[in-house]
Amino acid sequence: MRSLLYIVTALAVIGLAFWAYQENYQTQAEIAKTEQINREIGQARARLTVLRAEWAYLNRPDRLRDLADVNFDRLGLSSLRPDQFGKVDQVAFPRPPESELVMTNPVDVSSMTGGETVTRGDGVFP
Amino acid sequence: MIRTPLRPLARILEARASGENPDAIERENLRIRHEQMRDKSRTRAEGRLLILSVMFFCAFGVIGTRMGVLASTEPSEPRATAAGSIIQAQRADITDRHGRILAMNFETHALYAQPLQMVDKKRVAAELAAIFPDLKQEKLLKDFTGKRKFLWIKKKLSPEQKQMVHNIGDPGLLFGPREMRLYPNGKLAAHVLGGASFGREGVHAAEVIGVAGVEKYFDDELRDPARRGAPLALSLDLTVQAAVERVLYGGMKLMNAKGAASVLMDVNTGEIISIVSLPDFDPNARPSPLIEGDASDSPLFNRAVQGVYELGSAYKIFTAAQAMDLNLVNHQTMIDTGKALRVGGFNIGEFKKRNYGVLSVADIIVKSSNRGTGRLALQIGAKRQKEFMKLMGFMDYTPLEIIEAKGGKPLYPERWTDLSAVTISYGHGISNSPLHLAAGYAALANGGTYIKPTIVKRTGAPQGTRVVREDTARYARQMLRKVVTEGTASFGEVQGYAVGGKTGTADKPKPRGGYYKDKVIATFASLFPAHNPKYVLVVTLDEPSETSGKKPRRTAGWTAVPVAAEMIGRVAPLLGLRPEIEPGELAGITLTSN
Repeated sequence: MRSLLYIVTALAVIGLAFWAYQENYQTQAEIAKTEQINREIGQARARLTVLRAEWAYLNRPDRLRDLADVNFDRLGLSSLRPDQFGKVDQVAFPRPPESELVMTNPVDVSSMTGGETVTRGDGVFP
Repeated sequence: MIRTPLRPLARILEARASGENPDAIERENLRIRHEQMRDKSRTRAEGRLLILSVMFFCAFGVIGTRMGVLASTEPSEPRATAAGSIIQAQRADITDRHGRILAMNFETHALYAQPLQMVDKKRVAAELAAIFPDLKQEKLLKDFTGKRKFLWIKKKLSPEQKQMVHNIGDPGLLFGPREMRLYPNGKLAAHVLGGASFGREGVHAAEVIGVAGVEKYFDDELRDPARRGAPLALSLDLTVQAAVERVLYGGMKLMNAKGAASVLMDVNTGEIISIVSLPDFDPNARPSPLIEGDASDSPLFNRAVQGVYELGSAYKIFTAAQAMDLNLVNHQTMIDTGKALRVGGFNIGEFKKRNYGVLSVADIIVKSSNRGTGRLALQIGAKRQKEFMKLMGFMDYTPLEIIEAKGGKPLYPERWTDLSAVTISYGHGISNSPLHLAAGYAALANGGTYIKPTIVKRTGAPQGTRVVREDTARYARQMLRKVVTEGTASFGEVQGYAVGGKTGTADKPKPRGGYYKDKVIATFASLFPAHNPKYVLVVTLDEPSETSGKKPRRTAGWTAVPVAAEMIGRVAPLLGLRPEIEPGELAGITLTSN
């Protein structure tokens, strides 16, 4: 009985040692992976910073104003002036859609084309 | 285990036979047994002690070695927990109120040399001089061949320059990573942002520290890793700032002014939407301060905040407002400005020795009568005037969050005599920055509460201190509106925005005392729309002269006012203000009476 206990304990120690060894290596691998990802995040952030800087630089008001001036022929952009404001009621309502022709004397063509749609005055029937 | 019997029969029988006491045998045997037991337990205890000491020795050995290792190796952060925190430990960005970038960090490299590792010093010096025109070949060669083991060559490199240096291919040229501060908008808001430079420098990194403006004021906060890179949002509006700078620059050139400043402030929150001082500079390449001459001639000088000037008649409205607030007068009270006014041995005269006769308080403002406000000031008294000026923030530097704000300390007389009270009532004898004036006008514009101006974006309106009653502020605003519709600022009318304001033209003081005859500071302090003010705009031109007429005209009405009007026309739509028809309040100013 006692020897059995010894054997079981020894086996348990071996098993736990193996498990700990494995866990250790897995952890190290995960840490290495995390570091790699962090490096990538860092690089991505650096890239993002450059892109944001470039965006801000390309959109600086001086440059946009010069571009608007250069391309005035095509775009016709100028500074916003007070007289460009309007009221909603100054905007015309959109024209109502052209009313469809009312068929008063439809011709039944179903016998010629078979299954095509046929227009009948007030609606469409298959 | 076989135990020796204590009374072995053979010996007992033998002893009995020989008449000895058999008990002696037992005692003898018992003694031997006890000695054996004692020896055995002694060895066992010794063995245990040995094991215990070995274990203690091992334990202390392990701890000691570990401590030694920890003490003697380079400290390093634990691998698992270092994640993420390093990446963001950089200076926070600065943005405008809509999140557009005003200042940010940019990765770059610094170039340094270790001449001991250099292969071909002559060639390196020649090629470096070719890449960087500001470096001299002879000087580089002297540095390389001298005793120095290490020298910095360039603090910042562009990627192209770095590649070219790389192509030289000498092992003695090395790069250190750097973070530099970048202001992508160039000169825009230069005086607010200030600039940054390197603090402590190492090969692998360098501290970026603010040297002026918000960069310096918020230096610790911007560098605080706890921010985790959250940007600092200013109250400035990039678009508005750009438009204001352009209009002001045009106005400054057109009016032949030496410098100009403008402040645009939200009257309810105290936020500065735009603040400009011209001439300006590029914070990416901050010029060095002037060593000799007047510091205010340097482009680094912030006229809107640091420049304290006698801003002239723009102060008259405060005198009128205080007199009305104290119930000494109302807007219709008639005051004789024709009579000569002699205070402290000085005659107080009007502009160009005019005589306006009897005027109502409102007309004193409209016509800008010195004697009129002088008489009001005498009624108010020097003590109460001083208290009021203190309340309006005219006696302390502005609380704006840029480091230069402390440099804009107002100048006022030590002894506030009756003469001081009279001159201060029309803006002479007290020197303030345009920002002071804007904050004062904002107090009238928002209904009578003084709100501290700020450059940082605010959420919600702060609690201000009440300086005048609401109805006083309303009458003051109506007077300011009348100045534009009928008075000295007629060029200030912008269709749809009901501008109200007051001009101020003050002779520039000579450094040695007295005033220049032909140098003025022209100021227009305005609020719009006058019936429900949202913004206050102060425009100041330094030594303007308008030369379209026969004689050069220098008054604010001819110089600062048209510039301000153009500015309002440009900026108000950008601020989202719709032009609107002003309610008929001008009739109200004559009809209401109490």
